[in-house]
Amino acid sequence: MAVCIAVIAKENYPLYIRSVPTQNELKFHYTVHTSLDVVEEKISAVGKSLGDQRELYLGLLYPTEDYKMFRKLHNSFTDVMCNPFHNPGDPIQSKAFDGIVSGMMVQTG
Amino acid sequence: MAGSQWELPPELCCRPMAFVALTGLDVVYNAVHRAIWDAFCANRRADRVPISFKVLPGDHEYPKCRTKRTSYEWYIPKGILKTGWMNKHLNLVPALVVLFYELDWDDPQWKEKQSECATKVEIVRTSLQGRNTKVAVVLIQKKTPLPPGEDLVASERAATLCNACDLSGKSLFVLPHTDHLVGYIIRLENAFYEHAQTYYYTEIRRVKSHKEFLNKTTHQLLFVRHQFKIAFFSELKQDTQNALKYYRTAYSLVHELRAHETNMLEIKTMAGFINYKICRLCFQHNTPLDAIAQFRKHIDLCKKKIGSAELAFEHAAWMSKQFQSFGELFDEAIKLGLTAIQTQNPGFYYQQAACYSQDRKQQAQQLCQAGATYPSPEPLDTQSGGLDFYGQRPWRQGHQSIDPPDAEKEKTGILALQIKERDVPHSELIIALLSNAVAQFKKYKCPRMKSHLMVQMGEEYYHAKDYTKALKLLDYVMCDYRTERWWGLLTAILTTALRCAYLMASVKDYIIYCMELLGRASTLKEEQKLRIEKNLIKVLTNEVPDAEPECDSSSVSAAKSLWSDRMALAGSNELTIEVQDYIPFIQCKAKFQSPSFHVDQPIQLQVFLRADCPHPVSFNKLSVSLSNQEYNQWCVVESSGQESMSLLPGKTKRFNFSFVAKTEDVGKKIEMTGIEVMLGSDSGRCVFMSWRGAGGDAASTHEALQASRSSRRWGRCLEARQEPDWDSLTMQHSTMIISRVPKISVQLSHQPPALNNEMYCISVTIQSQEEGVAKDVKLTAGLKPGQDANLGQTTHVTLDGSKVCDDTAPALLPDVPLGDLKPGEKLEWCVYVKCVSTGPRVFLFHVAYSIDTTVEGRQIVCKCHKDETVTIETVVPFEVSVKFVSTKFEPLDRVAVDIPFLLMTDILSSSPWPLLLASSSLQLVTITSNTPQLQSQLQEVVLQTGESASECFCLRCPPLTNSNSTVATGQYLISWRRYVTHMLNSPLIQTTVTLPHVILESVPLYIHADVPSFGRVRESLSVRYHIENRTALVQEVEMAVEPSDAFMFSGLKQVRLRILPGSEQQMLYNYYPLMAGYQTLPQLNISLPRCPTTNTHTLRRFLPQRIFVKPQGRQVDDASIAAA
Repeated sequence: MAVCIAVIAKENYPLYIRSVPTQNELKFHYTVHTSLDVVEEKISAVGKSLGDQRELYLGLLYPTEDYKMFRKLHNSFTDVMCNPFHNPGDPIQSKAFDGIVSGMMVQTG
Repeated sequence: MAGSQWELPPELCCRPMAFVALTGLDVVYNAVHRAIWDAFCANRRADRVPISFKVLPGDHEYPKCRTKRTSYEWYIPKGILKTGWMNKHLNLVPALVVLFYELDWDDPQWKEKQSECATKVEIVRTSLQGRNTKVAVVLIQKKTPLPPGEDLVASERAATLCNACDLSGKSLFVLPHTDHLVGYIIRLENAFYEHAQTYYYTEIRRVKSHKEFLNKTTHQLLFVRHQFKIAFFSELKQDTQNALKYYRTAYSLVHELRAHETNMLEIKTMAGFINYKICRLCFQHNTPLDAIAQFRKHIDLCKKKIGSAELAFEHAAWMSKQFQSFGELFDEAIKLGLTAIQTQNPGFYYQQAACYSQDRKQQAQQLCQAGATYPSPEPLDTQSGGLDFYGQRPWRQGHQSIDPPDAEKEKTGILALQIKERDVPHSELIIALLSNAVAQFKKYKCPRMKSHLMVQMGEEYYHAKDYTKALKLLDYVMCDYRTERWWGLLTAILTTALRCAYLMASVKDYIIYCMELLGRASTLKEEQKLRIEKNLIKVLTNEVPDAEPECDSSSVSAAKSLWSDRMALAGSNELTIEVQDYIPFIQCKAKFQSPSFHVDQPIQLQVFLRADCPHPVSFNKLSVSLSNQEYNQWCVVESSGQESMSLLPGKTKRFNFSFVAKTEDVGKKIEMTGIEVMLGSDSGRCVFMSWRGAGGDAASTHEALQASRSSRRWGRCLEARQEPDWDSLTMQHSTMIISRVPKISVQLSHQPPALNNEMYCISVTIQSQEEGVAKDVKLTAGLKPGQDANLGQTTHVTLDGSKVCDDTAPALLPDVPLGDLKPGEKLEWCVYVKCVSTGPRVFLFHVAYSIDTTVEGRQIVCKCHKDETVTIETVVPFEVSVKFVSTKFEPLDRVAVDIPFLLMTDILSSSPWPLLLASSSLQLVTITSNTPQLQSQLQEVVLQTGESASECFCLRCPPLTNSNSTVATGQYLISWRRYVTHMLNSPLIQTTVTLPHVILESVPLYIHADVPSFGRVRESLSVRYHIENRTALVQEVEMAVEPSDAFMFSGLKQVRLRILPGSEQQMLYNYYPLMAGYQTLPQLNISLPRCPTTNTHTLRRFLPQRIFVKPQGRQVDDASIAAA
């Protein structure tokens, strides 16, 4: 199911992006990039209601994605950020993170 | 046009309205008829009934009605829906034919006209043979009709006319041609509308009735056709709810048809039509979600129904059209008030349509091989010129079995379609759809989607070989991807742009894209970068670059000749490229070594260059431009001769520049305005890469930020001291030139706080520590500018301490020339400050001088200055209080005229330093002194902090001519100065205190007593009372002395006497004290019968209350007492 997984910095540039190699990589990059329009809109909407601030998962942008997948990915991302040698904002270069992502893609792909 | 094959027919897309034909109207020559017709057509707003009217001649031939089928047993349908059917019922077969006929009820030729009318009706009826179309007659009359029932002739004649024409009474109308035409017309058309509805109702019934004759095996097509017809008639009847229901049924029926390659197109075409109708009605019913759901279902059902593989592009074209028309419906609904959202807007459908058009183009390119000749005879021609049924093939119309009837015909037909497809301007279609989508996404706040679509448009223009437009679009969006730091996407766009630039032989664009593709933001592989760099070098040496991969060969050869033309052109070999907004392959950062430089130091400037390309890159010149262009000459480095400077990949190269600032630039900022690196040479092509300010590019700010956050930089700095970490290099684009550090000391000595109004002395000591002579030493002293404006007026500065300065002295003494100062020499100056108001002040002492010095062998004259500031508080030196008391030292609130009183002054020192009161004086107004000479009692008195000095003056207010009750007293003048033993000659300050006004009163009777200063027990004490009459009347005075325990007395105990105006009476009493100590004197009771306001009480205040009585001395001591 997962064909492309991306982690985007809050300034909207990619920290990590990987797609199933057989597919058209560029197309996925464009898809991820264009979906940021919706993310941006959703985030600005969340800011308005205080109750939702703790909810990190934005829900479906377009009808795809899976909650559990997000949690797994987010946990791994948190691990990357906890690495004292990682500079937040730099692209993610982590074997562990790669492994998690591969797992998510293989499992479905 | 080939594209139009996929357009939905207009009769499908319009809103069906009941068709009513009007006959018997001569709209060309008859003005009345014209007016009637206009009233029908004009102003058809939404509140009028939906009818489409048409004027037809009375003998118009309506489409023939085929004979009704009685049985469907042997009937095999040839297709789903005839192409002419919708148009026939919208525009050809009326629901109602209205015959207009001019006839008044009282027409003299009634009989003849009646039969003429009947004939006309008959003609219409004949033409409509077999149809259920209604016929109605409208009589155009000149007279206004009477109310119904009153005109007996009319009702009788109406009945006969109906009879003659075989009309029901409901179908005969009268239209008086009077003022209220529009009103009549509206009533008429409402009646027509009812007739039309009945007609369509019967049509629906008629079609429904066929159903029982149909069987599922052979008449499947008819099920769809009939449902569609019923739905369409319902729409004509304006029954959209039922229409929607029937269309839905028709839609599911169409998917139940047996689909195979030969009828796939027909099924899809009809499914598309019905889907269009359903979506349209859903939007009309304001249920957009139903429309979207229907459309999704439609797409899911149809997207796999490709049909013939050789005509796969047709499927893509059809899909594209489905999305496009849904997008249009959606957009239409939004214009009518529907609100769309970011994730559900027409843009997505246009985008999808574009996507399918792209597929269509690809498939067309694969399937339609060039070179095939168009078959003859034309297989796509039909006898009628068009198709009989929607979605059928021209070469086998009506054919419904699985296999094509003629394989050869099938082949030529397909070939003809393929060849036709080749001529379709696919790119145009795609671009139009994309630009529709762009407009939508712009509206629904999807900037990235918009950019993405614009990239696609650019790519499409590239495919269409319109490179200028392609570059324009790509260039426009590149910047968005650059600022968002999506390097992969940026690289892809740049690659396309580079191809465009190559194919256009646009040198500048080509160089720009090469530079960025070689840069660090490019995600290209090493070998591609190598190739691009090689090409870039070729262009720089004025050679034709190699072709970009994936360009088609014909374009490449055209481009090659373009390039060689360009290269052959002489001149215009210099190009300047602003690289700041790109991410070029050479990075540049520059900085001044320090944010400020003293004028006697050389200014140091460093430029760092770094190449990101795979090969070393050489350049010939590096220059920095500064805000003061005179310095530019010092900041250039040029390659000498054959040897050019080169940058190694990934290595930072540093260039140092230094120059001496001009002394007139002291206090100014020097800024870098730009940096230029020259690539190539004059022999080939010169490209100046130009950075604004101190370098940096579109990505460097973010990199610097990341570097500053990084924990790694600490370690990195240590391990590689030689080469600074590029990302953490900060730019310093400007520096201040500040004056040379002064080598001079300025010391201030003074004794704060300053006293209000005094000449406060601040002593300034200036000592030179210079090695040379300090010339033109100037002192600026005084109030520091920029403080409260009032301070400027209440502060006075002077160098002359011998006298008190006046108000003309300035608050700041500028540029007092002090001459030259030899090394080690010392100067001392006193500055006097007079502060008129209290509070803190900041004083500035600014010593400026110039000195000759040498910097890097250059002789310059430096101006130096040293500032000292000091804050001085000003306080009040003393406080003066004044009071008036009576001669009995009792406080006075009023002063009696011509009666002496006392003025007491009190000076309380609040100065922390001792004060010398030199003298004081009174300047009296009105009031005079009671003593002949006023003499200061405070001469040369020194007051310490908290001490006070008092004076007492006896004054009297002379009788006044005017009747003022308050009078000014005068002023109290004090001359004083700070008491400093070593400054005895400092000037005295005169402080003036204005004395308070006094309130006067006049007394009619004044009484005073001559009393000795003390008495002695049992010794006579004579007291004389003087009673003065101050009025102009004779006063009668009653006097009595009250007895007292402490005294015996002799004299008149009670007396009544008269005192003449202005004269005085004296009363003498001899008191004989009986007790020692302070004793109250016997009370004198005085009353003035003539002047009751003045009584004992008011008069007693003038009299002494008591007296001190000494005890009786011993006899022996009498002598000694007398001596005392």
